[in-house]
Amino acid sequence: MTTGPRDKRMSIDDVVAELQDGMTIGIGGWGPRRKPMALVRAIVRSDLKDLTIVSWGGADVGLLVRAGKVRKLVYAFVSLDSVPLEPNFQKARQERTIPEVVELDEGMFQTGLRAAAQRLPFLPMRAGLGSDVLVNNPDITTVTSPYDEGVGHEELVAVPALRLDVALVHLNRADCHGNATYLGPDPYFDDLFAMAAERTFLSVEQVVDTAGLTVDTAVQRVLLNRMMVSGVVETPHGAHFTSCVPDYERDEKFQKAYAAAAAGSEEDWAAFETRFLAGDEAAYQAAVSAFTAEQEADR
Amino acid sequence: MSTTDSPTTCTRADVCAAAIADAFKDDGEIFASPMGMLPMLGVRLAKLTSNPDLVISDGESLFLAGVPPLFAKGDVVEGWIPFRKVFDVIAYGKRHVMMGATQVDRHGNQNISAIGDFAQPKRQLLGSRGAPGNTANNRTSYWVPKHSPRVFVDQVDIVTGVGPARAAAAGPAASRFNDIHRVVSNLGVFDVNGPDDTLRLLSVHPGVTTEEVQAATGFDLGDLGAVPLTREPTTEELVIIREVLDPRSLRHREVPQEKSQ
Repeated sequence: MTTGPRDKRMSIDDVVAELQDGMTIGIGGWGPRRKPMALVRAIVRSDLKDLTIVSWGGADVGLLVRAGKVRKLVYAFVSLDSVPLEPNFQKARQERTIPEVVELDEGMFQTGLRAAAQRLPFLPMRAGLGSDVLVNNPDITTVTSPYDEGVGHEELVAVPALRLDVALVHLNRADCHGNATYLGPDPYFDDLFAMAAERTFLSVEQVVDTAGLTVDTAVQRVLLNRMMVSGVVETPHGAHFTSCVPDYERDEKFQKAYAAAAAGSEEDWAAFETRFLAGDEAAYQAAVSAFTAEQEADR
Repeated sequence: MSTTDSPTTCTRADVCAAAIADAFKDDGEIFASPMGMLPMLGVRLAKLTSNPDLVISDGESLFLAGVPPLFAKGDVVEGWIPFRKVFDVIAYGKRHVMMGATQVDRHGNQNISAIGDFAQPKRQLLGSRGAPGNTANNRTSYWVPKHSPRVFVDQVDIVTGVGPARAAAAGPAASRFNDIHRVVSNLGVFDVNGPDDTLRLLSVHPGVTTEEVQAATGFDLGDLGAVPLTREPTTEELVIIREVLDPRSLRHREVPQEKSQ
């Protein structure tokens, strides 16, 4: 009897149980867009510590550094867009509570993931030359081109591979095997994160059957193939409060409340944590619904 | 202060928009990437006047065939430019980005990373973003809406965007495509063709004196005796700015309204 590929569905807690202290974890999406926030919230609630986080950062980075989960942060920026400076990240940097930071150019970051995805130690690049990225990261060195194209043997940045133990990404739809589509305007770099990682855990708005993935969607939108994916979690609204279009836009009102609490007093942040982050994902989503209803009533 | 819309008067923001448009007029058929409101206005003005070949985006993932007003949705789309392809175009080189600058120094270096010591900054900003890659690969300009000695400093705290002298010191691979084109502020327009590749005041906006620019700049700008005025927008440009691109006068939030003369 023939059987199909295996069913990789799991729970949020199952994903967290696969993570260990000290791991290097890449987080997909981009800034305040399509972040695997349900999984990030679960890490915040867990006992995990000393993580290396690799992210084009938004509130994922903010929440994790505020919770003291991060020993090393690899980033090119951390921003909420409509709130340009992420207050929890700012606070952590200004109080020096992240023991080690690696700030890269955002193109170097892609090149580092590419090198890891291709199992190369580095890839050459022009970005970074002459900038303080190389001053503040003395481990990142240059490489001399063996070729002369008429301009001499160019000395280029040898961007080191950004190898990940685990990648966490959030997409719109997947089947139970890990084939997944993005339905919004931009794939970001979620396939690259997946290929740079030993294992990838995928959260999605909705799990559908395999035929359903492409029934009304172009096949080019299937960004992740199941060979790249270790686990699939259905987390409706799991990217909240980042955007996950066309399923939902960024929740600007909630983001504003988050940023105000993060930039406020210790009591302000404690109140935000108690209200939104103390319980499980279902409790979070219920608290957000109540928050939204209050905002509507205040109009 | 007058807020009249007579076509013969213009505001400082209008002058800035035309100066930004001029920064893109000779670029030919390349991807114009404005960061922020006035750069977006200036680029779209250039596309409707001096350089119709410019390729523009919605700032997210679409190339726009038309030229919509600020923050309006475009109608006709001519291409797809997700973030991953932006990096491809940067390396390809057919791009001119106008970024912001929390600090810009006399050597044309830019800082958007942090203020103070990198290990424990006094004020953490965005991070390096794409500035190192931009300045190593494609034409780069800067927009400063509020010119002050805290922005125009002798030396930036952290070099994110690389100026010509730093690029030359880093070797031919760094300087080969380094092209810092213009720094436009609410007071004037600079290039980096001063002595030893330093910032040079090309023009002061109407209503501003060179003394005011020097007083608002944290380093010596040299002899400013022969610096001309920035040109005023033409009537056609003023109509486009006011009637087409920014009928809600959003530009005056970034550069407060005052008559330029």
